[in-house]
Amino acid sequence: MIAQRFLSADRRIAATILALLAAAIVVPLLNLAVSPQSAFYIPPYIVALVGKYLCYALLALALDLVWGYCGILSLGHGAFFALGGYAMGMYLMRQIGSRGVYGNPILPDFMVFLNYKELPWFWHGFDHFWFAVLMVLAVPGLLAFVFGWFAFRSRVTGVYLSIITQAMTYALLLAFFRNDMGFGGNNGLTDFKDILGFNVQADATRSALFAASAVTLALAVFVTAAIVRSKYGKLLMAVRDAESRTRFLGWRAENVKLFAFTVSAIMAGIAGALYVPQVGIINPGEFEPSNSIEVVIWTAVGGRGTIVGPIIGALLVNAGKSWFTGVLPEFWLFALGGLFVAVTLLLPKGIVGMWDGWRGKARALRAASLAAEAGADPQAPEPKIVRSAARTPGAWSTAGAEPQPAE
Amino acid sequence: MNKSNTILYLDGVSVSFDGFRAINNLSLVLDKGEMRAIIGPNGAGKTTMMDIVTGKTRPDEGEVFFDGQVDLTRHDEAEIAMMGIGRKFQKPTVFESHSVEDNLMLALKGPRSIFPALFHRRSATETRRIDDILGVIRLGDKRDEFAANLSHGQKQWLEIGMLLAQDPKLLLVDEPVAGMTDAETEETARLLKDIARDHSVVVVEHDMHFVRELGVKVTCLHEGSVLSEGTLDFVSADERVVEVYLGR
Repeated sequence: MIAQRFLSADRRIAATILALLAAAIVVPLLNLAVSPQSAFYIPPYIVALVGKYLCYALLALALDLVWGYCGILSLGHGAFFALGGYAMGMYLMRQIGSRGVYGNPILPDFMVFLNYKELPWFWHGFDHFWFAVLMVLAVPGLLAFVFGWFAFRSRVTGVYLSIITQAMTYALLLAFFRNDMGFGGNNGLTDFKDILGFNVQADATRSALFAASAVTLALAVFVTAAIVRSKYGKLLMAVRDAESRTRFLGWRAENVKLFAFTVSAIMAGIAGALYVPQVGIINPGEFEPSNSIEVVIWTAVGGRGTIVGPIIGALLVNAGKSWFTGVLPEFWLFALGGLFVAVTLLLPKGIVGMWDGWRGKARALRAASLAAEAGADPQAPEPKIVRSAARTPGAWSTAGAEPQPAE
Repeated sequence: MNKSNTILYLDGVSVSFDGFRAINNLSLVLDKGEMRAIIGPNGAGKTTMMDIVTGKTRPDEGEVFFDGQVDLTRHDEAEIAMMGIGRKFQKPTVFESHSVEDNLMLALKGPRSIFPALFHRRSATETRRIDDILGVIRLGDKRDEFAANLSHGQKQWLEIGMLLAQDPKLLLVDEPVAGMTDAETEETARLLKDIARDHSVVVVEHDMHFVRELGVKVTCLHEGSVLSEGTLDFVSADERVVEVYLGR
């Protein structure tokens, strides 16, 4: 039974990776190689929209690694996403060169407007793509490392940790709003022209960005699955379920959390970096605490503690958002709030968790009917055992989720 | 007093929480290889004493030495666990969403840092060690079962098994038979006596039948210090002990 369960979880992850890789090839083809009159043609705005959703899915997956598997409810993951986005945005700004409104070859428009005489020190190097990529990884990773170092070492957990992550993103929001920070203030960074020499507005570039997002998400699924399957992944869940037990076994729970938090922040940063060229702007609004909370909702809807869940959640909720804000724009936030309440009350394990529950029940019924046919078999699975089949190893379990005090 | 042959040495230890003296000038010595039962009414400081030994609580004053020379007040939980002190909690605490086997795998002695865990492949030695422990704690047929599905008593044994997997020199076992059936209690006594053959063990327990079953030296704590020490018969004949337990 256990082997079967592993297999089905493995198959689901493999299917997700394959689907993403297929999308990375098929969607650009249908956009570029098919004539606009064809029924199979995918218009560029859909490519850009779905590409954006894939970045959100990557962000939700990043949150799931810390929330679903380690119980760290971060309400500030949007900050890592935005920082990755700003690093990419700075590269794109430097690519504009003298084509800006003021035609200054070095200074971006907003700096000319704000009377900057020279480029601030932290803008140096962003004219190189490799440097920007390095910063996309390093800045969110470093912030998460330093933040986590202090928070986990001081054993800040639960709602207190959630609050300080929220405070972190809010502080960054206020900082990035300031004009003298040198990040474009309220307006942020926009009017991008080129990425790696290709026009960001061109259909081919958009398709390439879509493919890059899909491949990156597939890679992230693979890496997350590998992490979660490893002994370290088991330890991560052990820390979630009984932190003090891990300490008294000699593990340093703070380091376990710190590693996951840093990896997760880097994933969020990559998501932000892929997002910015596709939407064409990054501004301090991305640091809004409400953005981070929305990520939590996507993850909860899809199913925390599963790898596929947050991806499904992010895609579904955002597709719903696009549709809803077109039809009934005033009511979207109510719908989102209602969705979160409904999921919390009715689907505590999210869509994927519910699906597993159904499958487990169906299997139990089948086993029961088989046992009935075979007569009273003493080896027939007891209901207790069957119920556990609903839960993939490491899936969020209500029983194990409660913190267990050391006494 | 000579510490050289002791596994655990507490002298003049005191700790207060918000003015309440949970441990008051406590002195306790455990020889290498000894098994000791600690009894005492609620609030006597038994669990706090374990917290101090395992590094969860820092004493306000007093000396705490492990293995004759290691000052435990200078180390934290993870370091103390790595030195060879294993602790079982009062409430059985196992990793419920993992299989019994994985619970033991996480407890097995070995490197305790992130990267080795990330790239860990289980060796034949480790599998053998897990098999041995499953035999000792009598959970061999449950190895693939989720720990959440174990009975209360089985969880207690699994936790003891996790302690064994750590290969500690000293085991601190807090109320191992609370909530167990008589048959399970007997089995647990046998298990602990097995373990005590090559480990030093401190058992905190309320159940007097169980303590009698263990047949070891008994220390009775009261209001954070030692009230009486000796054989169970000696301690239970002590008038002060009777007074404390019956509330005069």
